Amino acid sequence: MEIPYTVEERPDTGLANGKLGIWLFLASEVMLFGALFSTYIILRVGAAEWPHGELNVWLGMANTFILIGSSVTMVMAWASLKMNQWAKHRMYLILTFALAALFLVNKYFEYADHLRRGEGPWHSTFLAIYFTLTGLHGIHIVGGMIVMGYFIGPGAKLWKKNQEQFANRIEYTGLYWHFVDLVWIFLFPVLYLL
Amino acid sequence: MHSEADHVKKSIRTYMMIGAALFVFTAITVAVNQVHLAVPLAITVALIIAGTKGSMVAAVFMHLSQEKKWIYGALALTVVGFIILLFVPLFTVLDGIGTLSEPARAAAEQATRGGH
Repeated sequence: MEIPYTVEERPDTGLANGKLGIWLFLASEVMLFGALFSTYIILRVGAAEWPHGELNVWLGMANTFILIGSSVTMVMAWASLKMNQWAKHRMYLILTFALAALFLVNKYFEYADHLRRGEGPWHSTFLAIYFTLTGLHGIHIVGGMIVMGYFIGPGAKLWKKNQEQFANRIEYTGLYWHFVDLVWIFLFPVLYLL
Repeated sequence: MHSEADHVKKSIRTYMMIGAALFVFTAITVAVNQVHLAVPLAITVALIIAGTKGSMVAAVFMHLSQEKKWIYGALALTVVGFIILLFVPLFTVLDGIGTLSEPARAAAEQATRGGH
């Protein structure tokens, strides 16, 4: 059975189903991270004191640059498909995957440094919300990498069968990835700088 | 399809410029942090810069500036839901903002006793 409106737009919404679907999913993600940001605010205003200087700002800034770079390469991966440049698409998608991996490597060193000193989520309210927020964000990075890995690997076959549907899937992956970047854009100043 | 490829080709430069702008704004955020502003001002400036960066990602990379009504409608509902989610828990503690929570008060008292 053919799934309708994977490429052609629905007459009522003017959108392909996947586009509306991914935006509705991102709406639910806004609720998820919104609830945690709300938690952060309540914990912070109720605390006697809030630590500063516990996190490595330069590592956080480097990770911000890495994620912004990966957003650029992700949109270029989609744009290359729209211009029928398959080799460039592959290069940009692999680069996005590599930058995501680099972000996680930095996160590993950051977490390991804290845990080596016994500074886990149990250590303080600040570290509890830090590990919760960045840990959940990290899980989202892994999820994005799994999807990218699929489209670099077995999922790439769809380009030969239905180019527009494949381009749409890459676009939806990009929307998810830009959202992950957007969350970090707020996480970095809130946790590392303020 | 040909015209869509042309349209996307014209957008490449915009993507690169927005990417560069995001790098610059990140550097500005860190630079402002080195100035050690008063906390309310620091929070305001940081959120304005983060909001600007987020808007650029949403409008350009996520193509939100040229989307259909259904997406805007879904996002409008999301904003309402987000505001409720952010502020309703705050309402439960609003009468206590500025005063310490019980555990924080106990910890502060213990610290004071320990200091004497």
